[in-house]
Amino acid sequence: MRSSVIVFPGSNCDRDIAVVLEKLQFKNSMVWHKETTLPKSDLIILPGGFSYGDYLRSGAIAAKSNILNEVIKAGKNGCLIIGICNGFQILIECGLLQGALLRNSGLKFVSKDIFVRVQTNKNKFFNKYKNGEVLKLNIAHNEGNFFTNQKHLIELEEKELIPIKYCNEKGSIISESNPNGSLNNIAGILNKNKNILGMMPHPERMADKINSDQKGLPLFLSLMN
Amino acid sequence: MTIKNEQIEKHGLKLEEYKKIKELLGRDSNLLELGIFSAMWNEHCSYKSSKIHLKKLPTKNNIVIQGPGENAGVIDIGDDDAIVFKIESHNHPSFIEPYQGAATGVGGILRDVFTMGARPIALMNSIHFGSPENKKTQNLLNGVVSGIGGYGNSVGIPTVGGETKFNRTYNENILVNAMAVGHVNKNKIFYSKAKGINKPVVYVGSKTGRDGIHGATMASAEFDENSEEKKPTVQVGDPFTEKLLLEACLELMKKNSIISIQDMGAAGLTSSSIEMASKGNVGIELNLNKVPCRENNMTPYEMMLSESQERMLIILDDNKENEAKKIFDKWDLDFVVIGKTTDSKRLILNFDDKKVADIPITALADEAPQYNRKWTTSKNKKKELKLKSLKKIKIEEALLRILSSPDHSNKSWITNQFDQSVMCDTIQKSGGDAAVIRIHKKEKAISVSVDSSANYCNADAKIGGKQIICENWRNLISVGSKPLAITNCLNFGSPEKPEVMGEFVECIEGMKEACEFLNFPVVSGNVSFYNETNSKSIFPTPVIGGIGIFENLKKIINMKSKKVGNLIIIIGKTLGHMEQTTFMRDIYSINEGCPPEVNLVNEKNNGLAVSKLINDNLVSSCHDVSSGGIIVALAEMSMASMLGLKIVKPKKFKDLNEYFYAEDQGRYLLEIERNNLKKIEDILKKNNIFFEIIAEVQNDIFEVDKTFSIKTKELFDYSNKWFKNFNAVN
Amino acid sequence: MKFSVTVTLKKDVLDPQGKVVSQTLKNMGVENLNQVRQGKFFEIDLDENDTSKGHDKVKEMCEKLLANQIIEDFKINKAE
Repeated sequence: MRSSVIVFPGSNCDRDIAVVLEKLQFKNSMVWHKETTLPKSDLIILPGGFSYGDYLRSGAIAAKSNILNEVIKAGKNGCLIIGICNGFQILIECGLLQGALLRNSGLKFVSKDIFVRVQTNKNKFFNKYKNGEVLKLNIAHNEGNFFTNQKHLIELEEKELIPIKYCNEKGSIISESNPNGSLNNIAGILNKNKNILGMMPHPERMADKINSDQKGLPLFLSLMN
Repeated sequence: MTIKNEQIEKHGLKLEEYKKIKELLGRDSNLLELGIFSAMWNEHCSYKSSKIHLKKLPTKNNIVIQGPGENAGVIDIGDDDAIVFKIESHNHPSFIEPYQGAATGVGGILRDVFTMGARPIALMNSIHFGSPENKKTQNLLNGVVSGIGGYGNSVGIPTVGGETKFNRTYNENILVNAMAVGHVNKNKIFYSKAKGINKPVVYVGSKTGRDGIHGATMASAEFDENSEEKKPTVQVGDPFTEKLLLEACLELMKKNSIISIQDMGAAGLTSSSIEMASKGNVGIELNLNKVPCRENNMTPYEMMLSESQERMLIILDDNKENEAKKIFDKWDLDFVVIGKTTDSKRLILNFDDKKVADIPITALADEAPQYNRKWTTSKNKKKELKLKSLKKIKIEEALLRILSSPDHSNKSWITNQFDQSVMCDTIQKSGGDAAVIRIHKKEKAISVSVDSSANYCNADAKIGGKQIICENWRNLISVGSKPLAITNCLNFGSPEKPEVMGEFVECIEGMKEACEFLNFPVVSGNVSFYNETNSKSIFPTPVIGGIGIFENLKKIINMKSKKVGNLIIIIGKTLGHMEQTTFMRDIYSINEGCPPEVNLVNEKNNGLAVSKLINDNLVSSCHDVSSGGIIVALAEMSMASMLGLKIVKPKKFKDLNEYFYAEDQGRYLLEIERNNLKKIEDILKKNNIFFEIIAEVQNDIFEVDKTFSIKTKELFDYSNKWFKNFNAVN
Repeated sequence: MKFSVTVTLKKDVLDPQGKVVSQTLKNMGVENLNQVRQGKFFEIDLDENDTSKGHDKVKEMCEKLLANQIIEDFKINKAE
């Protein structure tokens, strides 16, 4: 599989993602934001970090960069796209995903290991997980509080476009296990065509057995199906 | 023009120092030159009061590649890998503007590390605040913590640990010490020493604004009621630009084009250009009209003394400008040749086609004053404590009070604001004895720990100095690593006071003894004097940042107790030293007496024995015993895993508190499998190490045999209370 | 009585956000742009009839909380 990781000034999880992709033998290219063409890709990743310092609004400025036009085109043509953390924010700012990521309800940067429950595995990204499986992942963000209008929320829920929700260790989706105030404990969403995924938790941080139980790895393996 | 006495004093220089400047120049200086001298000759840059004492510390051994004197220290960790690290203070700016002060502190220390060619892989910090009751404390705590996080998170370097303490001695003078650790190929290290004549001097990074004009001078002046006026000198950090600068510099360093490179830190363009020239024994000539400026009409004085952040000075080899400029263009950073090296051995500054300053480099660097300041031995505050006359307190009551006190409670409120996992090499996060970071894509790792014990140092600076080195060493041992070297940040009051100077001298003496004995050299560091307000000094607070190595990732252990039925043994003898303990301070508010003495022989033997046991795979978890004594250490092990412990009562102690809360040094708690006990006994006996069985791991309940019992979960809740309550109003 | 308050960074203080926004606008083709400075805007509704007293109250709010006077300036306007 061919993958492209888009690198913006201020991205800082680009290397982390690349390490995982290479380990799984993706043919990966790092693509600088000033480029105007994308290498042929089956998968595009917008990595985490602080593109443009998170200045103005997280992701807002990266959404205006050259390469994004190509990413948008590819997304509309069905290419698989994952935006992680800041990448999720960029997907929203550029319109590939709907909704908004507000400041965390606690008004602080939150970085810790959390649990998410797989709500649906009927998509390209989560098919290697079981429905209801609880994953320990890591979050690190200031603006991860997902918000959207009622109509969109109903659509997300009904059409199985919410693959993961924050939960406790046992898999209960309760407000105590919501780290940022996100609507309905939403940790990630899909577009209608289910080829674009935005998620706040970092699967790439849970891919190595030295420091995790590797619950992030199946996400990348799912894509190879 | 002549310089008025008032101007000299405003620049923080003494009149006799100005006399020396005149002699060195053979004339009066102009205002720009006075500014340059003041920046170079102040305590912060010249180490004029500390140099003769710092020389006593051991700084070399077979693994030290670079000791003090460069941007950071460098040690060899084998296979061409080297670790670059340093700790630095940003105390005064953080008190004035906590967010920006702390953020720029992190930025500065990161640049010190990547200037040398290393990619930063970890950040640590040691932050000390005033008493929680002090009105300013909450705001300072919030600002400093989010400033540290705001900068490190954005640059994408994990902040993996540190320490946070509260004491009213810091009410008007908080401490913010930041440490950065980087990894570099040992054949690709960059230094600040200039080489060659007529080489281009290049300015890269952010533009120069009027930030922090005279920040370095401010950092060396004690606060008084008028500090308000000095406020506009605080700089604003831009972590985004730092990240670009980091990537651009590392990209350029892959080519063979840099002769030398230096970060513009305190005293910006002045100190960076002079340090490069001085080390290379060359001159430097700058055209200040070329300096990229952010504001209109900036004067040479402002350009030379600005402390705008995120800037570097580079001396390039011939014909490398185009190649280098391309890289900085890619990262949207300024890249301007502002001067050249010369054979004049002078600093010459031109502006608007006129020479505006002309100073021999040696006058600024080598001729900077050095003082052997008067010092008096700190009084040994010996006083017998009459424990028997004190109102008895139950073990569990004292334990809950200590666990819910600001210093000992769970710090996740702080550490959850730091990204600890970015870069994916963090193996052990904060909360353990030391953080553990893997060397990227290799089967080895380093440990890092930052420690201080101001209370001990205040009671006896020499013992305190010795103790804190040992505690740091112990922390590195406890995670299974081999301690290698340290960096130190020495936070003291005014060196012009003999009693403060005495604390400094004796503290160094103690550190020296311990470092020499443990073969634990000091490879970098920073001295922060004048930590006082209205003539009241802070407690002497040396902060130690140590690095250890794991040659095998399988030897990494933590303090989480692992398995019901396992035994906990304690290594090292408990004598019952109660003076200066957390127990006496937190429970009885008694601050008198001597700190626990450190027996270096025991310290080393115990540590090496623990290392051997860990290496032989005989230890399931390990934790050192430090502040709070045995019972607090056991509670920490229990809370780390949520397993309970059944603790045996000691036979020899009538007063159990004296056993459980004493802070005798050189002790470790080890969790072991029962069937390994015999093997372990043999090894310890053979090495003459004192040990005893102290507890057994069980489910849920933390108890001392026939004395008290409490749910571990309850301990955990107590330990999580304080920060939540303290910040609840926010 | 309504007031509006604008808080901006002081003239000589670095404004990283303004710098990035300004650079991006230029990259997007905006011409004749000199500089962008970013700030904060507050609307404050006071139960107060005396303009001068109201102004003083808002000023106090600015000094005590809304602006970090170490690095920021503020401007108060009476809203219509």
